[in-house]
Amino acid sequence: MATTAEYLEREQKLEGIGCARKRKEDPRFIQGKGHYVDDVHLPGMLFGAVVRSPHAHARIKSINKEKALALPGVRAVLTAEDLKPLKLHWMPTLAGDVQAVLADEKVCFQYQEVAMVIADDRYLAADGVDLVEVEYEPLPALVDPHHAMDADAPVIREDLVGKDEAGQGKRVHDNHIFRWEVGDKAATDRIFATADVTVKQAVLNPRVHPCPLETCGCVASFDKVRGELTVYITSQAPHVVRTVVSLLSGLPESKIRIISPDIGGGFGNKVGIYPGYVGAIVASIVFGRPVKWIESRIENLSTTAFARDYHMVGELAADKNGRIKALRVNVLADHGAFNAHAQPTKWPAGFFSICTGSYDIPVAYARVDGVYTNKAPGGVAYRCSFRVTEAVHLIERMIDILAQKLGIDKAEIRFRNFIKPEQFPYHSALGWDYDSGDYPTALKKVLEAVNYPALREEQAEKRTRGELMGIGICTFTEIVGAGPSKNCDILGVGMFDSCEIRVHPTGSAIARIGTITQGQGHQTTYAQIIATELGLPSEVIQVEEGDTNTAPYGLGTYGSRSTPVGGAATANAARKLRDKARKIAAHLLEVSADDLDWEIDRFKVKGVPGQEKTMKEIAWAAYNNVPPGMEMGLEAVEYYDPPNFTYPFGAYLCVLDIDRYTGETKVRRFYALDDCGTRINPMIIEGQIHGGLTEAYAVAMGQLIAFDAGGNLLSNSLMDYFLPTAVETPKWETDFTVTPSPHHPLGAKGVAESPHVGGIPCFTNAVNDAFAHLGVTQIDMPHTAFNVWKTIHELGLDNRA
Amino acid sequence: MAKQHIVFSLNGGVVEILVEPRTLLIHALRETLGQTGSHIGCETSHCGACTVDFNGKSVKSCTVLAVQADGGEVLTVEGLAHNGALHPVQEGFMQEHGLQCGFCTPGMLIRAYRFLQENPSPTDEDIRMGMSGNLCRCTGYQNIVKAVQYAANKLRATQGA
Repeated sequence: MATTAEYLEREQKLEGIGCARKRKEDPRFIQGKGHYVDDVHLPGMLFGAVVRSPHAHARIKSINKEKALALPGVRAVLTAEDLKPLKLHWMPTLAGDVQAVLADEKVCFQYQEVAMVIADDRYLAADGVDLVEVEYEPLPALVDPHHAMDADAPVIREDLVGKDEAGQGKRVHDNHIFRWEVGDKAATDRIFATADVTVKQAVLNPRVHPCPLETCGCVASFDKVRGELTVYITSQAPHVVRTVVSLLSGLPESKIRIISPDIGGGFGNKVGIYPGYVGAIVASIVFGRPVKWIESRIENLSTTAFARDYHMVGELAADKNGRIKALRVNVLADHGAFNAHAQPTKWPAGFFSICTGSYDIPVAYARVDGVYTNKAPGGVAYRCSFRVTEAVHLIERMIDILAQKLGIDKAEIRFRNFIKPEQFPYHSALGWDYDSGDYPTALKKVLEAVNYPALREEQAEKRTRGELMGIGICTFTEIVGAGPSKNCDILGVGMFDSCEIRVHPTGSAIARIGTITQGQGHQTTYAQIIATELGLPSEVIQVEEGDTNTAPYGLGTYGSRSTPVGGAATANAARKLRDKARKIAAHLLEVSADDLDWEIDRFKVKGVPGQEKTMKEIAWAAYNNVPPGMEMGLEAVEYYDPPNFTYPFGAYLCVLDIDRYTGETKVRRFYALDDCGTRINPMIIEGQIHGGLTEAYAVAMGQLIAFDAGGNLLSNSLMDYFLPTAVETPKWETDFTVTPSPHHPLGAKGVAESPHVGGIPCFTNAVNDAFAHLGVTQIDMPHTAFNVWKTIHELGLDNRA
Repeated sequence: MAKQHIVFSLNGGVVEILVEPRTLLIHALRETLGQTGSHIGCETSHCGACTVDFNGKSVKSCTVLAVQADGGEVLTVEGLAHNGALHPVQEGFMQEHGLQCGFCTPGMLIRAYRFLQENPSPTDEDIRMGMSGNLCRCTGYQNIVKAVQYAANKLRATQGA
């Protein structure tokens, strides 16, 4: 028998699930050996740059390319006219609409793509852009979504006039895109009519942008002789890009290779397919040369995939003890000029119907209306699952507002409404099946850690002196891991994910997964999963992603789906290998497979000490001595279609102090408890939580994609768009509970987006809480010092003589 | 545009290139010299992804002309390790999980390298201020502070020894 010490040593050597091992990807990154799209340099490469509209809404009267084409080094100027014969001047969006690749007769948002200059280097391409002359006839711009469906609103999409459908159901106005309803409206209305207490509040999730540090870009390279197209691209979903490029170009998928190399952050910005990519691909096919297109930061913030812009009205009905009886929500969703939001195809409002949150709400109804405005298209999930941030924000604000109305403590009202641990699996009023959770334990742990009663006492005492202190609580539930193919597809492709593992004769391995890391550390964590499942050290397990020629088809990384879906595929592929290994071990040991026990890294014959085969020995045998009739080799593929989503949750608490003279907010404490089920690498989890909280802080306290009344964008450089530095960023305290998912092979749920989803309402609840005793029910984000200062002055709180 | 001949020291070696007067240092490094470790994140000197060490100072190479480097000394992330041994700032970022997507990392490392010469015994607050010209979207900075402290300790230990 192995002693406990030997046993532990063997297990530790694997550095598998649960180990906070250092990241395998780091040695490259810390030595400047990362390989991002803009690092790709191919012989004969040309550069594309885009001519963009200065107007939010205008007719294009003429485009004069002559001066640009006269500049030596400029090879071409592409416009909609040039793309028309190829039928590529418009492209389908993921949401069933179409989007202009290059503006066709009119522009519908400022910075819209009008022409693409192809030149010998990036400086010449920029020179060419300056020389393209475009004459516009400005039209009235529609900026406020609340006026999108006015009778006299300017019509944005003339191509859709007379069509009562734009890809996502019936529409009732030229600027209307879809109406999506869920729940029982009649039953909800009945409860509201007779409830003890109701609250109603408009809550805004303003337009923001994920703004990864690396902008979007691609290098398209078409080999005319072979008829093959290779595209290096900043994509969170390379296989989907391959399918779309094939559908658009007519090239067979087998002649298209999409490579997502290292990606400098995605956060949802890199899910979509953008006009710049299409332009570079077309130019490469025309010239038979590689063409690079890289966004500037201004282009990134102006045109590729904003997030949110949800104008919500929430209502709760409750009894006088604060027990919620019904939820009603109406949302106006600003989708910009083209409906190019990135959700699973059948979900025009994503998974917004998770808006009943962590609470046992018997009846609910939600309605979302999408409208066009003269703004950039998008509507991506910025570090969250599809529209889940908006949903969680709504319910977490509403429960605070209800508590305030009833005079119940904001923690207490949550305990009264939580879905109880014994209610899982829990079927929500809006149709979701929550897999597992223990909400009261999580909140209790947080309240104890921060000594909540003492904080409330301190706050009460400070209020007597006119000081502003806020305590924010957020007890969120996410829905991630999209998703079961019965619910979820992208353009008809089910949202499974995949893993292929090959174990080499000497006991090392390569695994390829259909997801793609953008900083989450997949090369480390997937190797850890395989290490534990196969008993081979994670150090010798190579993980590759992002090359469609080698990785099995997968739907990519967004919506916290890598661990729930890709991780499950990885575990199952490894288990297939272990089953085969068991048979080989039985053959080598001349026993029945049933007589073997698996122990960390080997199979042992039951009750016969010393009779054992390690996985390393079995790997060797797989290539020379397998049971009769068995195929040689040790490899497996798994395409995993999840039976359900996973539902990570958490309890967060924020304490902040507001300077009543300057409006500046200082976060004193932020305590984040996350439950993501089984934890694969605690170091990476903590890092993901730090990052998500920081992005939540950015959204709550400063980020806004702002427009003036004419549709001019006011915040498209890092001068005007808030990215917190190390100085503003609060210090984070993290904690966890572990409630495994019952349906995931490892019990893991996914984590990276929870801190963003839960963090934003926690900050905004804290700011609102600071003013709650003055009767304030809602101050919308972002809580910049200036905005807070305005609130202070509206309330007359700066009473200096 | 007539090209200018410039000579400067890059990571300890001498380089000689022809550049247009308008060429930015970051483009000369990345495209002319193939040193793609330093990145471009904003083109407005806010994000620090392009930070290089130039004549003993941290500079944002997206807002420096390559011709300004003529006769100067430039250090980039590619020049931090010596004879295969990582510099303590590199080691610190790996040990303390100070990076995720890796895009800001080269600029962070080069800034930390200079910062620790300016202030060899910083407090955490000093580090936050000293590194505030470099943005990171992934880590939330907490582990970057730890990584710089790790390097500070190691540098003090080796220099004290």
